[in-house]
Amino acid sequence: MIKTSYVSRTIAELKPSGIRRFFDMAANLEGVVSLGVGEPDFVTSWAIREAAINSLEEGYTSYTANAGLYELRSEISGYMEKQFHVSYSPEDQIIVTVGASQALDIALRSILNPGEEVIVVEPCFVAYAPLVTMAGGIPVTVQTSKDDDFKLTPGQLEAAITPKTKAVLICSPNNPTGTQLGQEELVMLADIIKKHDLLVISDEIYAELAYDETFTSFAAIEGMHERTIVINGFSKSFAMTGWRLGFVCAPKEISEAMLKLHQYAMMCAPTVAQHAALEALKHGMQDVEEMRRSYRRRRNYIVKSFNEMGLECHNPGGAFYAFPSIEKTGMTSLEFAEKLLKEELVAVVPGDVFGESGEGHIRCSYASSMEQLQEALKRMERFMKKHCK
Amino acid sequence: MHLNEEELEVLRIIENNSRIDLKDLAKMTDLSEADIEITLKKLEDMRVIVRYLTVINWTKVDEYHGVTAMIDVKVTPKRGVGFDEVAKRIYKFKEVQSVYLMSGVYDLSVIVEGRSMNEVASFVSEKLSTLDSVISTTTHFIMKKYKHDGTIFDQTEEDKRIVVSP
Repeated sequence: MIKTSYVSRTIAELKPSGIRRFFDMAANLEGVVSLGVGEPDFVTSWAIREAAINSLEEGYTSYTANAGLYELRSEISGYMEKQFHVSYSPEDQIIVTVGASQALDIALRSILNPGEEVIVVEPCFVAYAPLVTMAGGIPVTVQTSKDDDFKLTPGQLEAAITPKTKAVLICSPNNPTGTQLGQEELVMLADIIKKHDLLVISDEIYAELAYDETFTSFAAIEGMHERTIVINGFSKSFAMTGWRLGFVCAPKEISEAMLKLHQYAMMCAPTVAQHAALEALKHGMQDVEEMRRSYRRRRNYIVKSFNEMGLECHNPGGAFYAFPSIEKTGMTSLEFAEKLLKEELVAVVPGDVFGESGEGHIRCSYASSMEQLQEALKRMERFMKKHCK
Repeated sequence: MHLNEEELEVLRIIENNSRIDLKDLAKMTDLSEADIEITLKKLEDMRVIVRYLTVINWTKVDEYHGVTAMIDVKVTPKRGVGFDEVAKRIYKFKEVQSVYLMSGVYDLSVIVEGRSMNEVASFVSEKLSTLDSVISTTTHFIMKKYKHDGTIFDQTEEDKRIVVSP
């Protein structure tokens, strides 16, 4: 008897993440130096961990308000104002979420009607397009190019817009390219977005990790506050990935819609993590500054090293990824990454898993100790000598 | 004196690793190797960089028999020179590792190293407490160093992250 599948067609048709396959390969090898990790190498600062322990000792083990602890939302409001000059009311414009991932999910689900399109700017985080699909929308990918430093151009944006376009999903500083959009570039994109009456979902999870230019929030651009959903969180800036704590700021109407989804699907973000986040915002900014400096040093180091060994690499303005071109080796990203893993035991992520335009590149995270970075770079240099005449 | 951002950055890096290669230091900053050399020379000349040291956990070495004491010293300051003169008389002893002028109930914090408790004790009773300006001393022997100059001694925190993640 042929059994019909129990799995929904939408989910069955989703492609599994290309990263998964690489993880399986790398996890089974001994002695791998990994530049494949998409999270900080710092352990959450002790002050934050201690605050979490204390909250448990004090017995804060129950639910919080759906949108999160009021005190935390209030701190987030102050933080957004102070760091990015955008104002959101803790009452009805901020929701504390389970990581930025959940924030993205409720943002998309709260705005999309079936069949509406979201412009997804690739190369990008692997979850964007699937999240759009899962929310009933249609992801329309735009491929940015190495020649534009992987920045979305106004022409590209204009060309991707159709009558069905609802929103543009964009991440700056970007995973995997590290590209950061400057204020002027945002203004040019904003003009088109306003002209077509679109929304922006701005993933600003790497906002604190901007090394050369001051970070500008999309919501800070004139006329954009009312049409921007800002996604942020504690994972990257405070090295708190495992705590799963993010937040989303949006105009009241959208916030209220997101809160409906959040209260039915999630209830609230974990209480212990919320208490940790409160400590992070109150007393942790000095640590953020130190971590930023530390990443910047390693960014400088890895980018110069790549260019020296013949891996052409643009200077990423933020996040903790370098995205060098491997085109001159004549290999595809996947071939390069597999060979490098097999021959030199260095794990990097092939660029094509982040979208078509990532082909010909590899993502190398420099959130690793200097010793690990130096070892990885030594092995990669040997690899390049062998495979590049 | 005012330092620029690059000079500060050089200091922050070498404070944690003074053995770093000039080449690596240049790669980590916006300076060339030649610039780094000039910067270091300048900072050394200004005695902003005073000395390059190594943090050693001597308790791991069987041949080492040293003891360290922190001594709270109360002194009578002198007209015109304050505490500086007596501090100088104290810091010139080779047994003395550090001397700090303190706020609070005592005046000078003196760190003394010796080969044995006896040696430190006789230094305190014969050399330190006999100085004219010294009113009293309280000696605390260090029993175990957990963390020194920002470095945790038995730190074995391994990388707990999964090898590849999005």
